[in-house]
Amino acid sequence: MTQTRKTIRFLLNDHKVELDKVAATDTLLDFLRLEQRLCGSKEGCAEGDCGACTVLVGRLAGGNLVYETVNACIRFVGSLDACHVVTIEHLRRKDGSLHPVQQAMVDMHGSQCGFCTPGIVMSLYSLWMSNPNPTNADIETSLQGNLCRCTGYEAIVRAGLAAASAGGQADDVIIRERETVTATLKGLADGARVEMGTASEKFFVPGSVDDLAELRAANPDSVIVAGATDVGLWVTKMMRPIAPAIFICHLDELHQISETATGHTIGACVTYTEFQDAVAQHFPQMAGYWNRIGGEQVRNMGTVGGNVANGSPIGDTPPVLIALGATLTLRNGDERRTLPVEEFFIDYGKQDRQAGDFVESLHIPHLAEGCEFAAYKVTKRRDEDISAVAAGFRIRVEDGKVTEAVIAYGGMAATPKRAGSVESLLVGKPWTAQTIASAEAGFAEDFSPIGDWRASAEYRALVARKLLMRFFLETTQPHENSVLVREAVA
Amino acid sequence: MDQRHDSAHKHVTGSAGYIDDMAAPEGLIHAYLGLSSIAHGDIKSMDLSAVQAAPGVVGVLTSDDIPGHNDVSPTGKHDDPVFAHSVEFHGQPIFAVVAETRAAARNAAALAKVEYTAKPHFTDVADARAAGYPLVTEALTLKRGDAAKALAAAPRRIRGEMRVGGQDHFYLEGHIALAIPGEDDEVTVFSSTQHPSEVQHMVAHVLGVPSNAVTVNIRRMGGAFGGKETQGNLFAAVAAVAAKKYNRAVKIRPDRDDDMIATGKRHDFLVEYDVGFDDAGVISGVSANFAARCGNSADLSGPVTDRALFHTDNCYYFDNVLLQSQPLKTNTVSNTAFRGFGGPQGMVGGERMIEEIAYALGKDPLEVRKANFYGGEGRNVTPYHQRVDDNIIAKLVAELETSSDYAARRKAVLAFNAGNKVIRKGIALTPVKFGISFTATWYNQAGALVHVYTDGSVHLNHGGTEMGQGLNTKVAQVLADEFQIDLKHVKITATHTGKVPNTSATAASSGSDLNGMAAANAAQQIKVRLVEFACETYGVTPDQVVFEPNMVLVGNQRIPFPDFIQSAYMARMQLSAAGFYKTPDIHWDREAGTGRPFYYFAYGAAVSQVSIDTLTGEYQVDRVDVLHDAGRSLNPALDIGQIEGGFVQGMGWLTTEELWWDGEGRLRTHAPSTYKIPLASDRPRIFNVALADWSENHEMTIRRSKAVGEPPLMLAISVLEALSMAVASAADYRVCPKLDTPATPEQVLLAFERLSAEAGGA
Repeated sequence: MTQTRKTIRFLLNDHKVELDKVAATDTLLDFLRLEQRLCGSKEGCAEGDCGACTVLVGRLAGGNLVYETVNACIRFVGSLDACHVVTIEHLRRKDGSLHPVQQAMVDMHGSQCGFCTPGIVMSLYSLWMSNPNPTNADIETSLQGNLCRCTGYEAIVRAGLAAASAGGQADDVIIRERETVTATLKGLADGARVEMGTASEKFFVPGSVDDLAELRAANPDSVIVAGATDVGLWVTKMMRPIAPAIFICHLDELHQISETATGHTIGACVTYTEFQDAVAQHFPQMAGYWNRIGGEQVRNMGTVGGNVANGSPIGDTPPVLIALGATLTLRNGDERRTLPVEEFFIDYGKQDRQAGDFVESLHIPHLAEGCEFAAYKVTKRRDEDISAVAAGFRIRVEDGKVTEAVIAYGGMAATPKRAGSVESLLVGKPWTAQTIASAEAGFAEDFSPIGDWRASAEYRALVARKLLMRFFLETTQPHENSVLVREAVA
Repeated sequence: MDQRHDSAHKHVTGSAGYIDDMAAPEGLIHAYLGLSSIAHGDIKSMDLSAVQAAPGVVGVLTSDDIPGHNDVSPTGKHDDPVFAHSVEFHGQPIFAVVAETRAAARNAAALAKVEYTAKPHFTDVADARAAGYPLVTEALTLKRGDAAKALAAAPRRIRGEMRVGGQDHFYLEGHIALAIPGEDDEVTVFSSTQHPSEVQHMVAHVLGVPSNAVTVNIRRMGGAFGGKETQGNLFAAVAAVAAKKYNRAVKIRPDRDDDMIATGKRHDFLVEYDVGFDDAGVISGVSANFAARCGNSADLSGPVTDRALFHTDNCYYFDNVLLQSQPLKTNTVSNTAFRGFGGPQGMVGGERMIEEIAYALGKDPLEVRKANFYGGEGRNVTPYHQRVDDNIIAKLVAELETSSDYAARRKAVLAFNAGNKVIRKGIALTPVKFGISFTATWYNQAGALVHVYTDGSVHLNHGGTEMGQGLNTKVAQVLADEFQIDLKHVKITATHTGKVPNTSATAASSGSDLNGMAAANAAQQIKVRLVEFACETYGVTPDQVVFEPNMVLVGNQRIPFPDFIQSAYMARMQLSAAGFYKTPDIHWDREAGTGRPFYYFAYGAAVSQVSIDTLTGEYQVDRVDVLHDAGRSLNPALDIGQIEGGFVQGMGWLTTEELWWDGEGRLRTHAPSTYKIPLASDRPRIFNVALADWSENHEMTIRRSKAVGEPPLMLAISVLEALSMAVASAADYRVCPKLDTPATPEQVLLAFERLSAEAGGA
């Protein structure tokens, strides 16, 4: 029997905090601003999109202390046990002088109204710590989750470069105190189950995955919260209760990525950021796609497992997971069952999930020899936008003929869905422009997309077809100038 | 001088205080608005019992609780209720709830049971017009020559229409107000507003008390862009009513969604144009109608639609012209000021005509632009009969053409497009001429209050508000320069209606022009007294008193400024002054459509180059070169910040920022998850911004500088036109793509497909 605790304990800047009154829906941002009067972090949107509330959260990942930017507005206090929360107030040096990142922002005129600035500083700070020689593109990536309405960003990017030139990492407060903090967090991570609050405030923090299984079985109506990048909005936007909530993002076992002979098995809490290296190495075709999921803060928080479990028709990962033939393992108590990801999505808001089930892991097969694979996402704004249409393509061409085709779209139906008719019009045919043209007829059978604020039905249908054309062009004429080149060319 | 923003240190450390960061007064309670859930109709019944009974609720407010007038109309038209009885847009405030915490108030607000008698609603301009909806305010006509005759006689003529989308301000700090009740009828309000005097007057109007009972404060806003010119009135009024009712401090801060749903935006326009020209592209006649989605009330729609007409000509002489505004009522939130104030919409409509002419004649649009620039005998009068006396556009454009290597790059773009199927490029150079001054002539006045304390430190207060633009820094620079003291000795203080009364909105790019002059005037008054004192005390003549850096030279004696001030104090000199300024020489007869509404014009030009992906319509801005006229800049670093920021904001308006209403009249793009303003990765891949350092204002503005807040936004029209050129490649540049805005990837792709089809298949 796991030991039970009734408090949440974490480090806040330079001191330990132990809270005995926390509700499931309490957010880190409200805690900072209302209870601690640390008002540097701002609320700009309360949905994890503007980044004005960006703080760093340090956590132990396999015993190693990792700091990541997160959106405090949708990060639940209950999920912070044994973490180190670092806010803008922690950056200024003891003698009152500015941190190099702050100084660079001042020198480059990187702030105008100043409201987004603390969040921008935190994002640049995180970059400065992890990447001493950032390119323009690295800075843009680090700012994907930060909106500024005044500056046009030019001065902020200049500040990012200037901060890198300034260096000074050795004097940085959290780099210097790394060992002490690691030891403190290890002390706090006692493996106990945390159980707090009653009724609408109730939540659990399981001590282990087995403990999670037990809690889930006992509380089949519970809301499992991993990255909170969607559940956070249920609270801040829809004002929905989530009790009893089970916070799971701290469970090391669920952050495991293991490579087997057949592919990668990833735990349900593997974040987009954690899987990024594996993507770059094994699926470079979707590295660009991966980098367009949310902003950096969202990729640090959000999990692949959660993206699937959520069941949204516009989730970023299902189309590519389906195209790759990924499977999903659901656990219920000690029972497990594994099914293809595509079969998990039954209808809008409905997944193949029994009472007590939770997503434990995903398995993504290696891309077989001779397979072509691509992932595309079409949005109004390039970064940090929800897809109008997303697609994953995988085909195998042998002796000039298509022998296998798996094509999955998001945004085209009530669930992420395969283009079965299109696939069947491709298989057995030569991989030629003519085949593509005749396969386009399949789209009308496969999809009747809706129109909404992200795109009209007409555009969705058109783009879906065009993406198949793009895939064809990229596989057959890889040297053609057919994608936007992001890096500046004089 | 490249002085940093006065609050830069505080911004980067998170210690700059915004209203929501203030230490809460004892007993603070929170208000939250209840919004209508239909777009048009009457309220049959409103049952607030569940709201009242919700945990933490102190009480509810309806129109019955308003002691004065249930109205926050800034124009005195009484068309903007605090709480509506009959609903005119989806999300209109109909009540408020006050509770111990903001969360409690927000939760409770959702519990209202409201029954409505729905009426048909019209959110779109064309639909509202077809349904016979009225105008919210008087239309304007600008007329010179005989447009109809010129059009009939023109060798070539094009008629067309363009949809120009609106824009949400998306200031990072949403609306907020904090009201603290005082004794008798008094109340103090902290309001995130560009117009503290109007908030003061509106709160007094709603409370039914004289203006002298209400004090309004604002140290800084987290962005405004026009969105806090009138739209803060509602929140301040609700907070003040609740504060007086419960005799407790009350704060109100809507969630981002409610802020975007319940407050006004940039006006959308339907522009219908008819332009006559010759084979050289020279325009002989223009007739255009500007129908605007004004929303449920007048708000600032009158002057906004006026300014659209004032900027249709942009840099071009129209020999015969007839421009009409049509400020239409719609069942949407009342639209309001937004950087450029209608000017950008008018200008983008005018530039569309240029584009049409260019594609019709197979010319580079820049050629058509140059052929129509103001200048030359008889070609310097605007459609509102003001002469353009300070025209520098030809020189500015020529310089930019060279520095950006426009001609060679245009050739390269054409060559690239000829050899590429999927990616296409476009390049465009567009100019800007923007009229500076409020067209409401009486607004062109400002006050300042300056105190010099006995230690030589200076207290600065003026009527302008700081929203990030660096106004306080510039005014402090002016003051430091007047006294010849270091900037650090000037203390910038919160805008306060008790210190400087009857102020104008910080808007129309006028902040530094007006308040800088007022502060200089205050300093000069004090200096006159100081010189008088020195002459009397040291027996010198006025020309022997010179203000030197941190010193005063009196005869042969150099006295440190603090010592000099201390002596002046001992001699009982008044060391405080109220400064005042009003812009000279401007007048405007709206009935006749003639006058000199603008003191001067600010100019600029930009070259943008883009790439589009013709499979998806997605695009990127590859390079932008800007040459902008800030006169003799007060602070080049801050001005360049305004240019870069204005450009990117303008780009967002014309590209990805889309307002989308559903069939129920609900705005569905009401948060950053659905409403997409530019990110760092959207900014131009190469962004060269320069000031025209040779320019100086030919009028006697503060240090001969020019206003810089709004004009740069319109430089982004070059992005729209570059996208248009890339699309036009589908039909060999023979067809004007006529992109509506925002030119989202969807619009770009659909236009590319349309043109490909017209050209006989791509």
